[in-house]
Amino acid sequence: MATTPGWRPTDPAGTIESWPLVDRVGYRLAWAAGIALCLIAASVVLFLAVKGIQFITFDLLADRPIADIDQSKSGGFRDPLIGTVLLTIIGTLLAIPIGVATALWLTEYGRPTRLARAVESGVEVVAGTPSIVLAIFGLLIFSQGIFSFLSFTDTGGAVFGRSFFAAAAMMSLIALPLVVGATREALQAVPGHVREASYALGKTKAATIRRVLLPAVRPGIGTGAALGMGRIAGDTAIVILLLGASLQLQGVGGTPLVGDLRGTGSTLTSYVYLNSPAGEGNAPEKAYAAAFVLLMIVIALNYSISRIARGREGGLSGAV
Amino acid sequence: MLGAVACTVLVLIASMVIFVFAKAWPSFANNGLGWFGGGDVDRQLEDIINGPATESGFIYEIGAFNLLWGTALTTLGAVVIGLGFALFAAIFIVEFAPPRLNRILEPVVRLLAAVPSVVYGLIGVLVIANLVRENLVTADRKDSVNFVVQLTGESLLVAVVILTVMITPIMIAIIVDALRAVPRSWTEGAAALGVNRWRVMWTIAVRTARPAIIAAAVLATARALGEAIMLSMVAGSKGFAPNPFDGFTFFLEPTRPLAATIVEYQESSNLEPVGQTLYAFAAIILISTVALSIGGYLAKQPMRKYGVRP
Repeated sequence: MATTPGWRPTDPAGTIESWPLVDRVGYRLAWAAGIALCLIAASVVLFLAVKGIQFITFDLLADRPIADIDQSKSGGFRDPLIGTVLLTIIGTLLAIPIGVATALWLTEYGRPTRLARAVESGVEVVAGTPSIVLAIFGLLIFSQGIFSFLSFTDTGGAVFGRSFFAAAAMMSLIALPLVVGATREALQAVPGHVREASYALGKTKAATIRRVLLPAVRPGIGTGAALGMGRIAGDTAIVILLLGASLQLQGVGGTPLVGDLRGTGSTLTSYVYLNSPAGEGNAPEKAYAAAFVLLMIVIALNYSISRIARGREGGLSGAV
Repeated sequence: MLGAVACTVLVLIASMVIFVFAKAWPSFANNGLGWFGGGDVDRQLEDIINGPATESGFIYEIGAFNLLWGTALTTLGAVVIGLGFALFAAIFIVEFAPPRLNRILEPVVRLLAAVPSVVYGLIGVLVIANLVRENLVTADRKDSVNFVVQLTGESLLVAVVILTVMITPIMIAIIVDALRAVPRSWTEGAAALGVNRWRVMWTIAVRTARPAIIAAAVLATARALGEAIMLSMVAGSKGFAPNPFDGFTFFLEPTRPLAATIVEYQESSNLEPVGQTLYAFAAIILISTVALSIGGYLAKQPMRKYGVRP
């Protein structure tokens, strides 16, 4: 048969106009939902971009925040920005080894099976535990006497329990399930014959994991870590309860870095919260500017994920 | 060695449940079933804060019904609206979206899931709450409920709308992965019998993915239950139970869920009885989310029966 220009194979079910009414309604609703999704995302990003670029200045990024009613004197968000970076890095560094070890054990060993199933669902439980509960649990744990070296101690001996260390430890629990999930997915994607080839060369299981599997799943770990970093940078409840949310970084003792980490601080998220009408500062312009910077950080992390994961088949649900 | 590290997760969960419940116990023990009863929560919390500072004089009286009701309304509202939306959006992404649009849609879902809750809260309180105040809160409505509560625009409606936007991407992601995992031969078989594309999706793919859809709803419920910051910003921050018999005004009444209450009273948490009351709120959230997470995990299992790993 000579194909005429513009000829297309016809759908045996007919064109959309010939479908039953219910099906056409469903089809249109699906389109509407998809387009609404794009519109919502576009309006969130564009709105924040317009407001953010309108109010952001170099001074805002470089100045320390100062509590002042007069907004021209209340400074910028240098300290919250440093707080976000510090917290994200420490939290992720804590989450990666534990997460990778858990994923390795689940896929490579996983005996006894019941225990493995319990750990597997345990990771899901941690993933589902709200950050507010993690925060209040952390507050309870880190105000115990044995953790006094991690935060302020009152003159009366009461441990304050709020510090970068405490917040980062709880933040790592937010990142943990994402690291475990991404690493497991990568491990499962390594074909069985790769492991067998390694055993055939006389390598032990431990050597196989270290020399063969870990290098192979590095992009997976990277994806999980980037996802976790995005989640940590965006969390507010833990910062407000466990970091003290003091505007400036307030170190303890003389040691430069360790002293700061034992002290309290704030992050961009708590800065936005405190400067929104719900908080004490109530300076919407600064909240918009900080929210814009925060959104840019999160988008950058997301973009890096798609760079790392390029060429690999990744599910959508690993990201949430 | 690796096994020991993996098991720390279980130790952690166990200690979380034990510590939080141990700390929360006095609040439950002193109120009995009255804990779940009604009452002016905000006044009760003030009484607890201003109560005597000695062990024997601690006040514990609280009836948290208003907070529980606020939690239930915001969570259920958002999950019910979000689930319908997520189902259609997922079908669109898997089957109907032109490839070029799909390249935008997936990052969009990831982005919406990644936007920090405080950013959603900021937009809610500065933009949407204002819109509601200017367009929906009329003088008549204000007068009709003025004797119990003031309408400020920050309301149940705004809370549900924003919470829906926050949890829908989670559900979309889980449902999309499940729909993609449905064996191609099943849908192609149906299409070859002359079933149209919509009906193939609706009767074959969606039905196969049903466990994942339930799991998506359950996991999204857990996420919504624990949302604290955004809700404390947009829901009006009053321990008030919106009354469904007020007609449309119901949606404009303020409320405050459990999680948001913890955030707002955390500054007083070093006062023993306040702390214990807040841990009681946390215990309720914790036990619900643990149950929901395990429920979601179990709900996903039947998909494995088809050799499908969601």
